[in-house]
Amino acid sequence: MALLIRNGYVYDPMNGIDGEKMDILVEGGKIVDKLKSAEYEVIDASGMIVMPGGVDIHSHIAGSEVNAGRLLRPEDHAKDVELKTEITRSGVGYSVPSTFTTGYRYAKMGYTTVMNPSMPPLEAKHTHEELCDTPIIDKATYPLLGDWWFVLEYLRDGKIEECALHVAWMLYATKGYAIKLVNPGGLEAWGFGRNVRDIDDPVPYFNVTPREIIRGLCKVNKLLHLPHTIHVHTNNLGKPGNYETTLQTMKCVEDLSSGDKPCIHITHCQFSAFKGVDWREFYSGAEDIAKYVNFHKHVTIDMGQVIFTDTTTMTADGPFQYILHELTGNKWVNHDVETETSSGIVPFRYRRRSYVHSIQWCIGLELALLIRDPWRIFLTTDHPNAGPFTSYPQVIGWLISRKAREETLSKLNKRARETALLPSIDREYSLYEVAIATRAGQARALGLKDKGHLGVGGDADIAIYDVDPRKIDPSTQYDEYVKAFSKAAYTIKEGEIVVRNGEVVKVLDGKTYWVKVSSNSEYEVSEDMKRRFTEYWTVQFDNYPVSEAYLKRSKPVQVESEV
Amino acid sequence: MRKIENVICPVCGSLCDDITVYVEDNRVVEVENTCAVGRAKFLNYGLHRKPKPLIRKNGELKEASIEEAVRRSAEILTESKYPILYGWSSTSCEAIRVGLELAEEVGGIIDNTSTVCHGPSILSIQDVGIPSCTLGQLRHRADLVIYWGSDPYSAHPRHIERYTVFSEGRFQKSGWRSFIRRLSGKLVKKRLSRVAELILRRKLTFPEEKYALPPYFISEEERKLVVVDVRKTRTAEVADYFLQVKPNTDYEVLQALRMLVNDQDLEVDEVAGIPVRTLEDLADLMISCDFGILFFGVGLTMSKGKLRNVDAALSLVRDLNKRTKFLIMPMRGHYNVTGANVVFTWQTGYPYAVDFSLGYPRYNPGETSVVDILRRGECDAGLVVASDPVSNFPASAAKTLVDNPLIVIDPDVTPTSMMADVVFPSAYIGIEAEGTAYRMDHVPLRLKKVVEPPPNCLPDQEILARILREVRRIRRG
Repeated sequence: MALLIRNGYVYDPMNGIDGEKMDILVEGGKIVDKLKSAEYEVIDASGMIVMPGGVDIHSHIAGSEVNAGRLLRPEDHAKDVELKTEITRSGVGYSVPSTFTTGYRYAKMGYTTVMNPSMPPLEAKHTHEELCDTPIIDKATYPLLGDWWFVLEYLRDGKIEECALHVAWMLYATKGYAIKLVNPGGLEAWGFGRNVRDIDDPVPYFNVTPREIIRGLCKVNKLLHLPHTIHVHTNNLGKPGNYETTLQTMKCVEDLSSGDKPCIHITHCQFSAFKGVDWREFYSGAEDIAKYVNFHKHVTIDMGQVIFTDTTTMTADGPFQYILHELTGNKWVNHDVETETSSGIVPFRYRRRSYVHSIQWCIGLELALLIRDPWRIFLTTDHPNAGPFTSYPQVIGWLISRKAREETLSKLNKRARETALLPSIDREYSLYEVAIATRAGQARALGLKDKGHLGVGGDADIAIYDVDPRKIDPSTQYDEYVKAFSKAAYTIKEGEIVVRNGEVVKVLDGKTYWVKVSSNSEYEVSEDMKRRFTEYWTVQFDNYPVSEAYLKRSKPVQVESEV
Repeated sequence: MRKIENVICPVCGSLCDDITVYVEDNRVVEVENTCAVGRAKFLNYGLHRKPKPLIRKNGELKEASIEEAVRRSAEILTESKYPILYGWSSTSCEAIRVGLELAEEVGGIIDNTSTVCHGPSILSIQDVGIPSCTLGQLRHRADLVIYWGSDPYSAHPRHIERYTVFSEGRFQKSGWRSFIRRLSGKLVKKRLSRVAELILRRKLTFPEEKYALPPYFISEEERKLVVVDVRKTRTAEVADYFLQVKPNTDYEVLQALRMLVNDQDLEVDEVAGIPVRTLEDLADLMISCDFGILFFGVGLTMSKGKLRNVDAALSLVRDLNKRTKFLIMPMRGHYNVTGANVVFTWQTGYPYAVDFSLGYPRYNPGETSVVDILRRGECDAGLVVASDPVSNFPASAAKTLVDNPLIVIDPDVTPTSMMADVVFPSAYIGIEAEGTAYRMDHVPLRLKKVVEPPPNCLPDQEILARILREVRRIRRG
């Protein structure tokens, strides 16, 4: 069905369009400049905002740890249920929604592409099975490669090219999209209940440091020409004083960037921007990080904005989750994965009255507001770690309006209010900047060429929000915007209207993106390799890879590598 | 003869994936690497299978076409107000996904067999959490392995060899050597006493120290295997140390260990018949290991105390993590019972006992679990997939099940299928049909198809999808 979206205020930062009133034409799932067929549906978007469909660079929506989180929290589900309808499946929320609910809720907010950031390679089939049951949105998933024994061994021996070939095979075998590092080296140490102290603390029994892992995989990423950079969850995450580790992590790959192209993504940076020595002497390190990012083009980051709510924290960072369990006394799930990674889950509530949580809330916004280039800072809540993705509209409200921030600030812990830098920041995001931080910038960082813009030839993933930017002032009437961004007037996915007035009207299956590296030297799996494989894993080599049958709609992205 | 390598064995939760199968004339003729149980399944499956679906007419099961059976099943399910859909642990995840959609469509209860095995474990996990891992982690690192209330030697025969004490890892070597050394030590002792008996011309008796830790514990390098059970199982025979608890006293023993691990003093001489001295030794052993693992089986979940036992075990392991690395894992029985929990959870948020009667998933074991519903006589129809509740449920529950219209999808002839109203003989997943299954540690594996199923035996997934289509056709006209 062809579509004509008429008279909307279009925000398309990739093509430099900033709120111009114009028409968008859609045919065959793509944006076109002329409609071929005479029959088309007209959407009257006058007085509405038209943006590309939202892109989320980091949101835990599928896989073994997410599912363990679901299992752990029946109390979280019972308070938030979704009824079955003629077209949609039933499900539950809140912080770890069931798969169908995840898909519908993203679509209702006008989001059409979501990246699942941590997948233990051994359990990749599980992630893909869940992604198949996550309707409407396009998705991709990042395998965890930072603590994989093969990587550690290759990097210890300085064999970058062999390592690259292995990583290419791993991306193929797990149908992954990018290289994810979580507390590099620390997870291997967690195998015996230990951790690494900083990026120069060698990994026990492997004689390789986190610095070497980060640099090595950054080089691998470059050799393979992967669409996204390495996606890093830093060492020492969640510990006071860790902003120094974060700065070191960003610095250690400074020389590996070429031109203005980023070569490292620091994810949920809020958790890695703590200053101070303990929880009492705890301050925001956002200013130092922002200063560094402002002067260095090789870094992109996402916020990991804290929401004051009851949520479920889950990361592959096993040692961090254990600390969180000790700190809160809340129930704790740990799941170590042989030779690859670990993970942990702890329910958590962010309270306004807590000094630390209030500062954390400030850090996320300070990062977003102090970093000048919106193309390099993205809106996330590290769903569900700092808050569920359904809170994105609320975060947009804080970004576009100082008044909104002050309103929340007034309810925060007093000491936090007095020490934080945030109250003195005047900057308010324009809608153009919001469009960058929620779609265009993320699509560019991910190397998704057809996403995040409304230029001719792009995917017809479009979000239309019913709020008139000429009449309603974002900085004072921000709640109108929060409302509009939570319930898209229309969400269009591949040229089909899937959401109308915040309700799902059509369900379709999204695509799963994965990277297919074509290399010069054909990667051959030697017998020795297979033997080592059998020694390292308890699964046979043949049974390890995920076949394309596990992807409902497979969308390989071809890249030419240098090796 | 066709040789197929790396086949996955669809029997127990260990999901061994290194099986070699030889096929001739669409029949498995030989298998390698399996245990006795796996071998028996591969070589003897389907001996008693019915060739066609059956429908009960005038009190007797008569052969019918697949279409007729599908139509009858759909009628039963649409006419029912509160059907139960039960089983799911010995079929593929793909089938379970369709099953959940069907349950939602007919507004019924869907429950899997963990309701009568590790259901209490799940309830405790939801209370306390669980520190766990994949099995390979143990192969590489575990230097203390405890099996509590489970007998892998009989129930998961290759578990010890593939994943724990007798497997060879990067940081831990196999425990075979010490086992053999111990065995030969025993033999020498036996021979010496025989010689002594011949010389002295009388029978020698040695006082048996029931609960003292044996001296070879001192050797620190090798892995140690501890078994805790109510009887001396076959696993206990290969163990370095066996602790015999009285039936239904696991809770006391676990809590006593917890106190000891937390440096609290026990002011009694014995707990549940076990000397405190012995428990102290065991607690020390747990604290001093580098990486410990506690496996627990139905011996813990289904004896007195149920979820409280598991709660104590989980808490013990959680406490141990303050001192060392210690993990815990339930020994899951059926090959895809873990998968059933996993799929239930991602689609509905809850691992078992899910009620769709209000149009959204609801979970309250005791209220929404199948055995309780059957005993209260609340349901009015049933669909059983790959399970045999008539043999395993309490009689009163089984009676309600068979008094109501009952549909059974199962490759085997079982007491349940013999009492059903519609029976679908299905294909064996993992032998005659592909599908995904989850190992007990949540590692997904793709089961393979090695032979063709008989013409009228479809995979569970296909049968369920046809029933679902028919139900939708009837409901939506």
